[in-house]
Amino acid sequence: MTTALRQTRAEITRVRRSGSIRTVVVSSVLAAVAAVLFCLALSTGAFQIPIAGVLDTLLGQGTRRDTFVIMDVRLPRVLVALLAGAAFGLSGALFQSLVHNPLASPDVIGVTMGASAAAVTCTVVLGVVGAAVSAGAFAGALATAALIYLLAWRRGVSGYRLVLVGIGVGAVLSSIVSYLMSRADVTSAQQALVWLTGSLNARSYEHVWPLLTGVAVLLPAALLLARGLRVLGFGDETARGLGARVETLRLSILVTGVALAAFATAAAGPVPFVAFVAGPIARRLVGERTLALIPAALVGAVVMVASDLVAQRLLGDRALPVGVVTGAVGAPFLLWQLASANREGRGG
Amino acid sequence: MLALVSALSVAVGAKSIPPQVLADALLHYRPDDADHLVIHTLRLPRTAVGLLVGAALGVAGAVMQGLTRNALADPGLLGINAGAALLLVIGISVFGITGLTGYVWFGFAGAAITALIVYGIGALGRDRATPVKLALSGAAVSAALASVTTAIVLTDSDAFDRMRLWQVGSLAGRDAALAGQALPFLIVGAIVAIPCGRLLNALALGDDVARALGQRIGAARAIGALCVVVLCGTATALAGPVAFVGLTVPHVARMLTGPDYRWILPYSAVLAPTLLLAADVLGRVVARPGEIQVGIVTAVIGAPVFVALVRRRDLAEL
Repeated sequence: MTTALRQTRAEITRVRRSGSIRTVVVSSVLAAVAAVLFCLALSTGAFQIPIAGVLDTLLGQGTRRDTFVIMDVRLPRVLVALLAGAAFGLSGALFQSLVHNPLASPDVIGVTMGASAAAVTCTVVLGVVGAAVSAGAFAGALATAALIYLLAWRRGVSGYRLVLVGIGVGAVLSSIVSYLMSRADVTSAQQALVWLTGSLNARSYEHVWPLLTGVAVLLPAALLLARGLRVLGFGDETARGLGARVETLRLSILVTGVALAAFATAAAGPVPFVAFVAGPIARRLVGERTLALIPAALVGAVVMVASDLVAQRLLGDRALPVGVVTGAVGAPFLLWQLASANREGRGG
Repeated sequence: MLALVSALSVAVGAKSIPPQVLADALLHYRPDDADHLVIHTLRLPRTAVGLLVGAALGVAGAVMQGLTRNALADPGLLGINAGAALLLVIGISVFGITGLTGYVWFGFAGAAITALIVYGIGALGRDRATPVKLALSGAAVSAALASVTTAIVLTDSDAFDRMRLWQVGSLAGRDAALAGQALPFLIVGAIVAIPCGRLLNALALGDDVARALGQRIGAARAIGALCVVVLCGTATALAGPVAFVGLTVPHVARMLTGPDYRWILPYSAVLAPTLLLAADVLGRVVARPGEIQVGIVTAVIGAPVFVALVRRRDLAEL
């Protein structure tokens, strides 16, 4: 082996190692931030509980009053925020790396719009509430994703065709949502609108368990698929040359991403832009070339819990749905992302 | 075709009115007859609004597609409707406007600002505004604006109530006075837009050739964009966001006439109201005694066209 080759090898190993060290450090910091926000969210509210009290209660040693407030009222809400944020973040990162486009998150291409249409149908037409709405939303997201995939199929699915078909399908679904909203009486329409914005109000353990199960199954699946995602990143030809079954791989990554988005939407509503911002922020933290799936999930969780804290505190006693905050923060970020992606020629 | 659909639009409705009565109402109008009243105060204005809005959207769509050389251009998909909607909500909620004259100005402002943002973002970078970049910018900006709109609407239930009825895109309940107010804007827009055919033909050959042919490209783009904003802003203020008409119709016109914009523009001006009124009649017929608003019907008709265009080999630039 020549010296030059040996040096190059050493260099590659060094870069790889420093990259993974950075990922570990960033992930730990993000996890710590998430933990702090988690405790903070449990401690604040109409009824303040000091952090020490929160920790005691979580360890099963709190007063009866604290135990009720934290375990029965606040914990489900914060858990939904944490898990849904993580699921959205991971889902967005999967979509974005699959299509090689930072704009291809499930909320931009219409997958969560399918969940919305189904949920509004449940609320306004069928008049159901609670867990049935979540179930409907879940089914809606999966059905929409399947439709988009089939419509985009032409001897394989290219990234852009998928995104554009998604936009078209999303437009139809959104007009159906508007139609249903115009038909409903104003109170049930407003209820539907709160759900449509993405809200964490009145979440209970019936929202937590399905979401937890979903994340527990899909997170490892996503990590297993990460290698394949990296191979697809070289382009279809190269990936085929490396022996990857491109379409199967792409389909399984899509299914994982859609299922994550569907679980999150079913629990928290179509909270805008969390799936979209998590990936780019995570990549910026750990370095542009990594997939950063775990950091993206953590960023999603942090964004979601922090936004919910702001939403509850922003107007004093009048709590906004969390989606208003993520929308207000996410929209300018989206514009900036779009502008820089186009300037670098990655936007299309 | 257009005359036939207009006639249908007057004749068909939630209340069935026999043809003799219809003819009678048109020729010998008696205000004390309920059927005559329905025709004169509801169906005729509605048909007129449909004609105006349709023509505006068709011409605007054709100009947009020519201007951006983009097969996927449509006021709805490029976010212009979302911009108009946001400013309308701000108008309703902050300034308390109610009538169409108020709506129109806010609609204009929203349409203009959004058009600038979307095109500006889409045009950044080496290969300028490709169809894909523009469509993505439009979808992204729409999403961003819609979430701001929702935030405002959630805190103001009165604005919400008015907004959700406007949001679907409908021709119902617009009276003749509204159409009269919108007419001047649409006439000005159309008078400027229709003769743009030569300009658009030149632009279709590419910027360099157009420049060599002696066209002032910057001026041409500015005039075209102004037409689009006036036409879309007025149409949107009048009927709410109606998507896919501006997308579909110029493609049909192109199939009939070939690539010459001097023909595409007038054809679009006739075909678009035909489509819109047909969609409106269809929406009234299928959901009797209620109705499905025209915006929904056009979305259901137009989306397959969009998907077909996207699936076409290479998203050919125009």
